[in-house]
Amino acid sequence: MDEIITKLEPIFRDVFDQPALSIDRESSARTVQGWDSLTHVTLVMAIEQEFGLKFGLGELQDLENVGGMVDLIRRKSS
Amino acid sequence: MGLLDALNYPFDAPLILRKQAQLLRALSERPSEIQLRVALLGGATTDLLRRLLHLYLLRDGIEPIFYESEYNRYYEDAVVAREALGAFAPQVVVIHTSARNITAFPAITDTAEQVHRLVSAEVARFAAIWDRLETDYACIVVQNNFDCALMPGPSHLDASAPGGAQNYIAQLNTALVAAAGRHKNVLIHDIHLLSAVLGASRWYDAEHWYSFKLATGLEGSVASAHSTARLIGAALGKTRKCLVLDLDNTLWGGVIGDDGLAGIKLGKDSAQGEAFCAFQRYCLDLKRRGVLLAVASKNELANAQEGFSHPDSVLALADFSAFIANWEPKDSNLTRIARELNIGLDSLVFVDDNPAERALIREQLREVAVPEVGNNVADFAFVLERESYFQRVSVSQEDVQRASYYSDNRVREAASATFASHDEYLSSLQMQAEIAPFRELYLERVVQLANKTNQFNLTTRRYTSAAIREIAEDSNFITLYARLSDRFGDNGLVSVLIAEHKNGELHIDLWLMSCRVLKRELEYALFDSLVAAAQRRGVRRLVGYYLRTPKNGMVAEHFADLGFCLSERAADSSRSVWTFDIPASYATKNKAIKEVSNG
Repeated sequence: MDEIITKLEPIFRDVFDQPALSIDRESSARTVQGWDSLTHVTLVMAIEQEFGLKFGLGELQDLENVGGMVDLIRRKSS
Repeated sequence: MGLLDALNYPFDAPLILRKQAQLLRALSERPSEIQLRVALLGGATTDLLRRLLHLYLLRDGIEPIFYESEYNRYYEDAVVAREALGAFAPQVVVIHTSARNITAFPAITDTAEQVHRLVSAEVARFAAIWDRLETDYACIVVQNNFDCALMPGPSHLDASAPGGAQNYIAQLNTALVAAAGRHKNVLIHDIHLLSAVLGASRWYDAEHWYSFKLATGLEGSVASAHSTARLIGAALGKTRKCLVLDLDNTLWGGVIGDDGLAGIKLGKDSAQGEAFCAFQRYCLDLKRRGVLLAVASKNELANAQEGFSHPDSVLALADFSAFIANWEPKDSNLTRIARELNIGLDSLVFVDDNPAERALIREQLREVAVPEVGNNVADFAFVLERESYFQRVSVSQEDVQRASYYSDNRVREAASATFASHDEYLSSLQMQAEIAPFRELYLERVVQLANKTNQFNLTTRRYTSAAIREIAEDSNFITLYARLSDRFGDNGLVSVLIAEHKNGELHIDLWLMSCRVLKRELEYALFDSLVAAAQRRGVRRLVGYYLRTPKNGMVAEHFADLGFCLSERAADSSRSVWTFDIPASYATKNKAIKEVSNG
């Protein structure tokens, strides 16, 4: 599995409070229970903290599914 | 250290954010003493603040029920479209605004007069909100002041010109405090200081403002939620009462038993000595704000006491309400201090430079607050202030005198040992009581007692200061407070009673007494006063309630002792109702208290 997804999964489990949750590139608000506009803010902030980066104003639309997140995180950390 | 420690200073904001669901579960398992309806009216989004505030209120024994305004609808919810907030009936309203919500900044060329007009208009908008809230609800209002302006940076002109941004914020904050002072229930939440402590560059997060309309970055949100919770707690009288201090390397440098009085570091001769003096001064200042000081030290008593005869010692032995130096484990000494002072372990804060002692207390006495002060005296006061354990909304004369009440109690106990009977002892005390309806001067103390008293408390109902004020002004209620003094000194205001006159009967909603005057027959004197007040209204029947809690077993038979008849008792004894029909020839019960005045 993608190492970024490996790091993202425990964040998702904590934020959505689902210890057994597993995610893949296709995971999105449609497939993950509890992913709404409010938890999205927590999720984005938690990811920023964990990866030590900040998402810019023009990048937020790329965060709507896990695949977009992985690509963006990879781009920003390289 | 458990997950809950993330909530302590230095707040682990990323962990709190991530583990909030787990934290909420852990905190929800603890019993809450108070349920509170809290409305968040935000000039920013309040979802994150609400979740953080939920954690911090629960941690302090307050279970909140929340109402949230829509983003930036704080003015409308309070003043214009009031139905939704009205239906919620808030007990606390938090107006979560910030410098982002300032309507207009002056131009740098504006005259002082022009700027003054802007300040007045801005503050008037908030005063209108407070007026409305005060009229509509008897609630406490927590009002953020304005945080540091991030832009522009420090410059002579912005700090000094009337229209300079930083100067303008300073003027707004001064005017806001002045306006709040004209309202009874408005508390200023000083986010200006919070933003300074964290540094504006960490306090703010521009992306989070533009993307999510969050007023602050993550760290700022956590600090803000923490201090809002402590302020709300303080308004309910939930504040720590006593600072318990270690001695060696906490109040002075070195080990007095080894180094001797001349060897300890205290005073201007060294950097270390100066820092210890400064920490002692900080402790003395806390005492002047009504915090009790106590010592728990591993030392020979004589050595421990000798330290305070050092010429540079700021603190004197007489500043301590309890002083224990021996070789017993510190947890048993802290338990002893709480018992001597008649306060709960949950009133103690423990400061010790030794991490092993701190760990012991955390492990053995979970109710005691043990800040992570480290081992550098220069940090102690800063860490204590960040936790704001001793937050108060006002300091009464009562608070400042409390330390002497406790030392008076030590003399009383010594005296009681020499009497043949308890009656003889009581009469030797030459007690005088003042029993009268609530008055302005004492409302703060009444609220404090109502929210802190657990043992001698028949119903353990909690009240906000606004609710107490409303009751005091409502002629359907009889309110009584009692002050008690004796030949050793003044015990202060120690007992409170609230009864509601309805259906021709007096229903005793609240009756509590501080444990420091147990077994002094003050409850008899208070009952006599209640009967007299009932007779004046032509009421013949009193109805008393006992609601059992884990802590108030001592008053389970209180009404029976006074001659009430049991009229109803729940199958599990958790609740009982008692009645007392006042006989035509009521004989007063109090014999021990010689003089009772009516305030």
